[in-house]
Amino acid sequence: MRQAGELDESVLELTSQILGANPDFATLWNCRREVLQRLEAQKSPEELAALVKTELGFLESCLRVNPKSYGTWHHRCWLLGRLPEPNWARELELCARFLEVDERNFHCWDYRRFVAAQAAVPPAEELAFTDSLITRNFSNYSSWHYRSCLLPQLHPQPDSGPQGRLPEDVLLKELELVQNAFFTDPNDQSAWFYHRWLLGRADPQDALRCLHVSRDEACLTVSFSRPVLVGPRTETLLLMVDESPLAVEWRTPDGRNWPGHVWLCDLPATSLNDQLPHHTFRVIWTAGDAQKECVLLKGHQEGWCRDSATDEQLFRCELSVEKSTVLQSELESCKELQELEPENKWCLLTIILLMRALDPLLYEKETLQYFQTLKAVDPMRAAYLDDLRSKFLLENSLLKMEYAEVRVLHLGHKDLTVLCHLEQLLLVTHLDLSHNRLRALPPALAALRCLEVLQANDNAIESLDGVTNLPRLQELSLCNNRLQQRMVLQPLASCPRLVLLNLQGNPLCQAVGTSEYLAELLPLVNSILV
Amino acid sequence: MADNLPSEFDVIVIGTASVNSITGLPESIIAAACSRSGQRVLHVDSRSYYGGNWASFSFSGILSWLKEYQENSDIVNEGPAWQEQILENEEAIALSRKDKTIQHVEVFCYASQDLHEEVEEAGALQKNHASVISENPTEAVHSAYLPSEDESLCIASCEMLTEQTPSSDLETALEISNVKVTGETEKHDDKTCMKSASEEETSKNVPTTEGTALQPKKTRITYSQIIKEGRRFNIDLVSKLLYSRGLLIDLLIKSNVSRYAEFKNITRILAFREGRVEQVPCSRADVFNSKQLTMVEKRMLMKFLTFCMEYEKHPDEYKAYEEITFSEYLKTQKLTPNLQYFVLHSIAMTSETASNTIDGLKATKNFLHCLGRYGNTPFLFPLYGQGELPQCFCRMCAVFGGIYCLRHSVQCLVVDKESRKCKAIIDQFGQRIISKHFLVEDSYFSENTCSHVQYRQISRSVLITDRSVLKTDSDQQISILTVPGEEPGTFAVRVIELCSSTMTCMKGTYLVHLTCTSSKTAREDLEPVVQKLFTPYTETETENEEVEKPRLLWALYFNMRDSSDVSRNSYNDLPSNVYVCSGPDSGLGNDNAVKQAETLFQLICPNEDFCPPPPNPEDIITDGDSLQSEASEASVILEANSETPKESASLGNPEEASQ
Repeated sequence: MRQAGELDESVLELTSQILGANPDFATLWNCRREVLQRLEAQKSPEELAALVKTELGFLESCLRVNPKSYGTWHHRCWLLGRLPEPNWARELELCARFLEVDERNFHCWDYRRFVAAQAAVPPAEELAFTDSLITRNFSNYSSWHYRSCLLPQLHPQPDSGPQGRLPEDVLLKELELVQNAFFTDPNDQSAWFYHRWLLGRADPQDALRCLHVSRDEACLTVSFSRPVLVGPRTETLLLMVDESPLAVEWRTPDGRNWPGHVWLCDLPATSLNDQLPHHTFRVIWTAGDAQKECVLLKGHQEGWCRDSATDEQLFRCELSVEKSTVLQSELESCKELQELEPENKWCLLTIILLMRALDPLLYEKETLQYFQTLKAVDPMRAAYLDDLRSKFLLENSLLKMEYAEVRVLHLGHKDLTVLCHLEQLLLVTHLDLSHNRLRALPPALAALRCLEVLQANDNAIESLDGVTNLPRLQELSLCNNRLQQRMVLQPLASCPRLVLLNLQGNPLCQAVGTSEYLAELLPLVNSILV
Repeated sequence: MADNLPSEFDVIVIGTASVNSITGLPESIIAAACSRSGQRVLHVDSRSYYGGNWASFSFSGILSWLKEYQENSDIVNEGPAWQEQILENEEAIALSRKDKTIQHVEVFCYASQDLHEEVEEAGALQKNHASVISENPTEAVHSAYLPSEDESLCIASCEMLTEQTPSSDLETALEISNVKVTGETEKHDDKTCMKSASEEETSKNVPTTEGTALQPKKTRITYSQIIKEGRRFNIDLVSKLLYSRGLLIDLLIKSNVSRYAEFKNITRILAFREGRVEQVPCSRADVFNSKQLTMVEKRMLMKFLTFCMEYEKHPDEYKAYEEITFSEYLKTQKLTPNLQYFVLHSIAMTSETASNTIDGLKATKNFLHCLGRYGNTPFLFPLYGQGELPQCFCRMCAVFGGIYCLRHSVQCLVVDKESRKCKAIIDQFGQRIISKHFLVEDSYFSENTCSHVQYRQISRSVLITDRSVLKTDSDQQISILTVPGEEPGTFAVRVIELCSSTMTCMKGTYLVHLTCTSSKTAREDLEPVVQKLFTPYTETETENEEVEKPRLLWALYFNMRDSSDVSRNSYNDLPSNVYVCSGPDSGLGNDNAVKQAETLFQLICPNEDFCPPPPNPEDIITDGDSLQSEASEASVILEANSETPKESASLGNPEEASQ
């Protein structure tokens, strides 16, 4: 019928019989839309009004058959969107009725947000509505989520402030509300998620974290605050050398050119000549309205400029409200709850996050203890927790390194399971990863453009994808790992200055012909220990 | 009309003899169950309403109930001599005509009475009923001011009539009486209007010198308003609630009787502590919303309640404490005194000494188990009062062919000497009606039968107040409050406060029921609690209204007999086919009545299903008429004494009918 173009009331009648019994039938809803669209052109306004009235009634009856039918709610959205004078009050009332029956019906919540936006319902009224539903049953993601949308609308921050955040008095009121929820039922996740949102910070704006120029390699490296994609021909990332634009080809260190934190380009000799007392390099990220400048002085091999992790509080994880008093009091009450509920994983995790946000180094020891407890009560997520712990430890080590103003990073004996923040290690020359539980040197390691010595003994490393194109790498020690296939050594060939390689204690050393293979693969490495 | 009564049945349910005939909840349920199982059921009741001590009254209804209680003692039994009918091989068990179930009735009116003496006189019957001696019971004016009897008759009977083919006489009689009542009510209204007009005039005249007294006065409820709006009241003699997972709810649902009634959820559980009324957080939402608990208390309470929900699974948590009382056990748990109080008195609803750990845990679990089925508290209350429930079962009984005979009393049971079985009853007209089973409420047995029976007593009070004991945003709250006994040996008092949307009281008032196991008279038992929670209504108080206690407009105290734990063996010489139903117990729920009904039903109809769901009318294939109309034809309401409305107004005087 559809193909024959027979789109008239009989189709409406037929589809309504099927949809009335089972509304989850997208094709039939599409049919109805086509029919209605056609009828719109043919009918008089009065006839149309009657038609719409019938359709709305029909939709309601379908919703009663299945209140969680995607197709039905979508069709209602579509229909209301087409009406010249939709009765939004009626729709709000409909939503209230369906939410009365099931306050967690997220289809209806979705529709309600649509209606409220269309009808320009004041956020205060909608907030009061979420109040009433949370009062009835606070285990309601939709309701909490709606609050997180409404509150920033109700309390817009001054332009200078962080967008999407709340003024302190409102924040404290919300914190009290959500505390009520998790003290009443600490196993209910919805409250904990809202709590995390409340203490969270707005998405940071794009920034250039670090700019590094190396005369030797004739290369400029940029690291971003988030993974970005720099297209080959697009002008999203501009380079100005001594205030004049220079066209360059951007690539990622591993050469794969997918969204990444670190991008680099080769510099022509003219930009690096030693005649001038200095060269200035300015990089402009047009898409994110950010830029950074660094200077290469005459006689220096390299120059850089970077944001300090300590100044920018880069690692205060997701939780970071300006007022540490707020965080402190949240920490107090969570600890109180933890005493009552020593085995509550949400509480433990929140304590850890709060401590990170307050002072990662001060609470390091305590945090590690909480991790241990948390792993014991929630063994299902042990691997996740190990990774999270690794991340925090790495952040702490990085902070300590910066305080010490060195380019040497010791990460040995930390039980690390994963490496992250590698884009922050652009300037590191010596890295010690020995005695951990690492299973790979990940591709992101290729961001370490200045790395000269890498020690990763006594891990469980099976792959070396990250040891690629490291221009300055001279020594690599990989004793007592799980390297089995010769093939995994392939990336090492792309490190031009590698002179010392220690592979002792790996399974592949037992294999016949490994030495020969290595000699062929790495002709320039003069010392290979197998 | 009595001639119309068939002379043979399978089951006769007797609500006879006394003025306050009692056809209580268990009897109604059994009658319904038997009739559902195909038994021929006759339900005789000397009263014009269903429910007996389980009944609900309008305000003027309760006033005349009180009057009758007062006159009760004057009744002289002069029915036709039944003794002549007893054959040689038979003997009779005489039934009592005197109701001894209610005692120590006391009434107090605090609402502002009418200003003019003569107006007051016109309403004197209601107000000073205790002192009124009915000189002429058939006096027209007299009955005119007691419209409720006709009302309750109309409500009760008409409801039945909608489903049944009425006997034509009756219908007209009812119609007439109805009209007449309405007319008189209007007359009455006129007078009230006149009254209040004059009252206003006086107020206008008087307060010109007094000033401020005028304003608040207008909003106050006067006694004449209560009289005028008397029909809005449905005052229960028994104050109970339905546990939302209790036996009665299950039965109502299973039998589909629930469709005859509507319910409201109790909205809050209250506690009285340190002189203050506060709300008890008992559901998850309550705990979340509570402002009075600290965060830590919230956790403690939730943790304890969660444990109680499935305490059987954690025997190590309570095994060691089995021997001690529940209150001692609570002290060993991580609970603040505040929380211990809430759990002990308001959730487990027990006392310091009454329950051991296991009982307490069981009660707490039951409470929590009922939470959330219909709302945030475990209780339901039937709209229009608890008295609706027996009526609902009577209705089901009638639908399946049971015959109701109101205002029809029974003089004696006839027992066959040889078989020691009861074989018939003899009614007020001397008619002998044969049956296989006889169901008798215990209050109808004469002193001869009950000489060895020991009863407990329930102390009851009914109050009309002007505001809630705990004010909130909404004035439509239904609350239950437990006030623990102060001294050892006294019992906890259960307070149920009903708002006007329960259809039990007029707008702007609350109906408050107090109940406890008696240690003295009702007033002695309950007055201390009334004084703590309420203050008598006075004209002058106008300041600090916000902090004031609710004011009493009217108060009634009485003791009701509790025969719930009387064993059948304590009655003398009962034939095996005479079954005894007890009166209401003092418990909050109705499980006792339902259990009793089911047990007795199984004796009458062994191996029959107890109140199975009725067949779906659509599934019944009959030619033409539906089951309903067949049932209707069978279940005719027979009405003695209702030939004229005049007579119908003169209630409960069986001898008049026989004149």
